Amino acid sequence: MTPAPSPEVLQAPLVVEFPFTRSLGPVQSAFLTGLRTRTVLGVRTTDGRVLVPPVEYDPVTADELADLVEVAPTGTVTTWAWNPSPRRGQPLSAPFAWVLVRLDGADTALLHALDAPGPDAVRTGMRVRIRWAAEREGAITDIACFEPYDGAEGGEAVPHTGTFTDPVRSIVAPARLDYTYAPGRAQSRYLKALAGRATYGERCPSCRKVYVPPRGACPTCGVATAEQVEVGPRGTVTTFCIVNIKARNLDIEVPYVYAHIALDGADLALHARIGGIPYDEVRMGLRVEPVWSEDGRYPDHYRPTGEPDADYDTYKELL
Amino acid sequence: MTKEPVAVVGIGQTKHTAARRDVSIAGLVREAAVRALEDAQLTWSDIDAVVIGKAPDFFEGVMMPELYLADALGAVGKPMLRVHTAGSVGGSTALVAAGLVAARVHRTVLTLAFEKQSESNAMWGLSLPIPFQQPLLAGAGGFFAPHVRAYMRRTGAPPGIGALVAYKDRRNALRNPYAHLHEHDLTLDQVRSSPMLWDPIRYSETCPSSDGACAMVLTDRAGADRAPYPPAWMHGGAMRSEPTLFAGKDFVSPRAGRDCAADVYRQAGITDPRREIDAVEMYVPFSWYEPMWLENLGFADEGAGWKLTESGVTELDGELPVNPSGGVLSTNPIGASGMLRFAEAALQVRGRAGEHQVDGARKALGHAYGGGSQFFSMWVVADTSPAG
Repeated sequence: MTPAPSPEVLQAPLVVEFPFTRSLGPVQSAFLTGLRTRTVLGVRTTDGRVLVPPVEYDPVTADELADLVEVAPTGTVTTWAWNPSPRRGQPLSAPFAWVLVRLDGADTALLHALDAPGPDAVRTGMRVRIRWAAEREGAITDIACFEPYDGAEGGEAVPHTGTFTDPVRSIVAPARLDYTYAPGRAQSRYLKALAGRATYGERCPSCRKVYVPPRGACPTCGVATAEQVEVGPRGTVTTFCIVNIKARNLDIEVPYVYAHIALDGADLALHARIGGIPYDEVRMGLRVEPVWSEDGRYPDHYRPTGEPDADYDTYKELL
Repeated sequence: MTKEPVAVVGIGQTKHTAARRDVSIAGLVREAAVRALEDAQLTWSDIDAVVIGKAPDFFEGVMMPELYLADALGAVGKPMLRVHTAGSVGGSTALVAAGLVAARVHRTVLTLAFEKQSESNAMWGLSLPIPFQQPLLAGAGGFFAPHVRAYMRRTGAPPGIGALVAYKDRRNALRNPYAHLHEHDLTLDQVRSSPMLWDPIRYSETCPSSDGACAMVLTDRAGADRAPYPPAWMHGGAMRSEPTLFAGKDFVSPRAGRDCAADVYRQAGITDPRREIDAVEMYVPFSWYEPMWLENLGFADEGAGWKLTESGVTELDGELPVNPSGGVLSTNPIGASGMLRFAEAALQVRGRAGEHQVDGARKALGHAYGGGSQFFSMWVVADTSPAG
């Protein structure tokens, strides 16, 4: 049974965002470049059907496809769904219909948005045409949306070389995912204790190992860990590396020492930065203690305690 | 009922490079698949199922890319499976495909793995900004470098071993036309003096970031009888996993790796891998992992792996050539890297490895690992069928 959400459990937004690039290959390159000049291209399959948008490989025979054709900017809605509350990044900011449109000359339908005053104005079988974006760059957004249309029907697909000057060969596809991250009860307890400058692990009732940070369960024994055990604050550097690469969006000057530190009483090492000592003097076995940040939830870094180094035998099992 | 013997009858790969801007992801996988079919002299209609693998979707940002790749791989109307086990995925993908043949579910299976690293940034993909956690890590090198230091401390290995591995693998890559890095003028001194990125790991001791794909056609005994070229026969295959972090984890020589190797050797009837295996393709993204895995895989006693490297045993003309293809250090399309190890092992026993052929290779090990040394997959292939 899932426990009820507790105010004790932390949560925070997690945004994952990246501008992915896409190498288009010959078919998608022709399709997107065509849109820039208000030309909609499809591809003819081995059995003579016209696919819009075009694909590189025949879905039936797996043949490579290269027989490009031009189809009309007018078409018929084959099905639709009303979108009453558009979200960021969608084609229109006012409510619109998602539509599948079979363009005149094509045998398959293209997904896009239809600008319509309301769901009553949309029906399967209605005639529509492309509303082109004022500024086009060779992207699917060059089709701003579709709009109702009562003019003449377009003709058959006609052959097209797919050749354009200055073709678009790659695009940038920004992606963004919005999550709510909850670290769970064990981590929340651990983090709250850290804010009070205390480090608590959890002991496995079966193997008696102390996990820091705790995860609420022992991964070896597969049982819940509940008994809290205060560890540290001092610990031993078990191993480390010296980082010479400045990470993007990470406000740490290089070189810095990234260390595995076994806090006294813990049965596995946690990872932290070492400061207060020249980077090239850090060594395995160095005894360290936390230096708490002013407002942070965790130690900013660890510094030498001045104690003699720990003997290798005392931490070799933790490597 | 005994298992069906599994034969590798087709192998294809792309010319690996930093960025294949001329092809889409579909075009990239297609190229490797077509070459594997040509090698087997088969067509799409001869394939009963497709098993595909790649590293996390975040790497290219195409969620479940296998769905969009069905057309390119002739998978429409056939079973298509996606496998994911981080960096070891190329190996585990091949093993899932092999299992389908061994269990007589399918007779001929196309298996393929890929990565198009130029479309994203793997370092970013591995370092999402998790709330409440202190941002510290600087990529995979920052994760693995402390374990390399632990290995050096544990074994007393001299500091120059890693450079020997990197120099050897880059030299081997010059013989492999598909390898990404072809550093014709590289010297050992240059490796030794290349910038220190994650001390103790230098720039020249790290793998590149590659676009590439690898494909294999696996088939049953009847399929092997029809094959135009000698097949490679699978004599054993195994996977093991363990958590990234747990109390008692041995990062230098993870138990999952040792257990996986022992299982594969048992299946293949191998009792002395150092003597019985003629060539090894192991997953070495950072040079020091060669001596580390030599021990983990049972080719050397604990603490002695570096001595094999130092004495030249793992050179192309040594007693136990390791990574004759140039390995991950020369080519790293992450999702494909494990399958490349498996495929290169198969090429060796088929006698089709060209300029990087190990003379007289009859039995070879392919090895992959992934995540925080938590997923392992391996196979042993040979030039004769396991039943005789």
